[in-house]
Amino acid sequence: MTRSNATALVTPSRRRSLSSRGRIFLRVVTAGYLGVLIALPLLALLATAFEKGVSGAILAIVSPEARAALWLTLWTGGLVAILSAILGTLTAWVLVRYRFPGRAVISALVDLPLAVPTLVTGLMLILLLGPTTPLGDWLNAHGLRIIFAKPAIILALLFVTLPLVVRTVEPVLREIDPAEEESAATLGASPLTIFRRVLFPALWPAIAVGTLQTFARALGEFGSVVIISGNLPRRTMTAPVHIFGAIESGEPHAAAAVSVVLVAVSVALFVFAEHRLRARPT
Amino acid sequence: MTTPLRRRVLIGVVVVWVVFLVGAPIIALTVGAFSSGFGAVLEALSATDSVSALAFSLALATIAVAVNTVFGTIAAWVLTRDRFRGRTILLASVDIPFAISPVVVGLCFILLFGPHGWFGPWLKAAGIQIVFSWPAMALATVFVSLPFVVREVSLALVEAGTDEEDAARTLGASSLAVFWRITLPNIRAGLLNGVLLTSARALGEFGAVLVVSGGIAELAETGTLFVFRALDDRRDVAAYAMALALAAITMAILGALFVVRRRAAHSPVRTREVLR
Repeated sequence: MTRSNATALVTPSRRRSLSSRGRIFLRVVTAGYLGVLIALPLLALLATAFEKGVSGAILAIVSPEARAALWLTLWTGGLVAILSAILGTLTAWVLVRYRFPGRAVISALVDLPLAVPTLVTGLMLILLLGPTTPLGDWLNAHGLRIIFAKPAIILALLFVTLPLVVRTVEPVLREIDPAEEESAATLGASPLTIFRRVLFPALWPAIAVGTLQTFARALGEFGSVVIISGNLPRRTMTAPVHIFGAIESGEPHAAAAVSVVLVAVSVALFVFAEHRLRARPT
Repeated sequence: MTTPLRRRVLIGVVVVWVVFLVGAPIIALTVGAFSSGFGAVLEALSATDSVSALAFSLALATIAVAVNTVFGTIAAWVLTRDRFRGRTILLASVDIPFAISPVVVGLCFILLFGPHGWFGPWLKAAGIQIVFSWPAMALATVFVSLPFVVREVSLALVEAGTDEEDAARTLGASSLAVFWRITLPNIRAGLLNGVLLTSARALGEFGAVLVVSGGIAELAETGTLFVFRALDDRRDVAAYAMALALAAITMAILGALFVVRRRAAHSPVRTREVLR
């Protein structure tokens, strides 16, 4: 057997695995697929936003309506991300560490928001808490306005982002031996200390990924919010709804400018979380 | 950490939280839809415009699945098995659709293909209608559901490794034979995961499709657009019935996903199959 044949047996040469022409063809197909579908639309968005110059874009962003909408979207998103981080981590911990009747049901419910169309989510919340329902009636009588007000936005965002923190923290938590927590407890550590000293050091990247993705996802939410927030300019109108309004009233430049702000923040956070924080086997 | 009382309190908090946040709204929709009777729901769903809306949603989902399965599998293969400059940028760009608001997705396609868009004049001259018609709705649906197949198949490819492919190649199998006989069986579960997630996401898409449809009611109306318009027209029963149908279909897809995942988790390592 010649030497070259022996090497071919141990490590198939690249040329044999796929002709270099085939490789380049597949690379071009991939670049074309992602380029046409993702890069090109974003390029058009960026170009339109700055078509009337940087000052034009800034003017559209700092208009009172746009500013109020962006601010509302940022703070509701931030609040939802924090709530989701706390309750999501707790949910993941309970689902991993405890066995209790109905655990499978709770676990399935956590995944449901992945499936339910967001517009349907909004409709569900109206049917649960809207003015014509018993619960909504009772809340109204007690001066609590949820639907067509800011709490509805927060509730809808909590619903659609529920799986994100739970499902990123869960697999990491499963890798941690419960014995570590138990021995810390035996040594007299309080639950808070155990979380801070035993769990948090291992869990924080997963919690951060889930929280950042929750925030990024919340910034863009439209379907559920548009039918339950009331959409009052400067009061309950979120940034995506504001963008929708600008498109409908024939102001693509203003819509694009506000979009660029949203896209820049959420894409940067999402990609950072996915490719820097989450250790991915690629 | 596991005193009985603490255990009970923690489980209680999580159960109440999840049941109130997710369970209660779903029950509210079911009760609301059936409040005017089972017959009314069936009648609303069998009306011509409901049927055509559901059919149109399914058609768009089929297009999204077809495009994203073919190109998504190629992209996943290239991104995991090949090394070249710019790979990391392509890898990061795959996740972008998850992070972008559906409204912005719709806006992007209007800016490209709308009457004043980049390709607008050219399309008009050629007599092709994309925006305010089904092609733009299909594009928007493909966009929002793009990451699923790429991500699921990438994970499956990484997990399967290259040993079997290398072995087959050493024995003289052609690239195509390696793909059909080794790679594809190895990524089958991942591919199915991706297809199911893509179809659920595509069926539920609303914002992007709303923006590019430009309110051309009835001509090209998806299930979600039907719900939106029916709510506007105060046709509550029709809206609730369609919403329930959409939720039921997407939940069934999610159920199928669980079955696939459970099976994949329990199936023995597939490396043996190749050695037969």
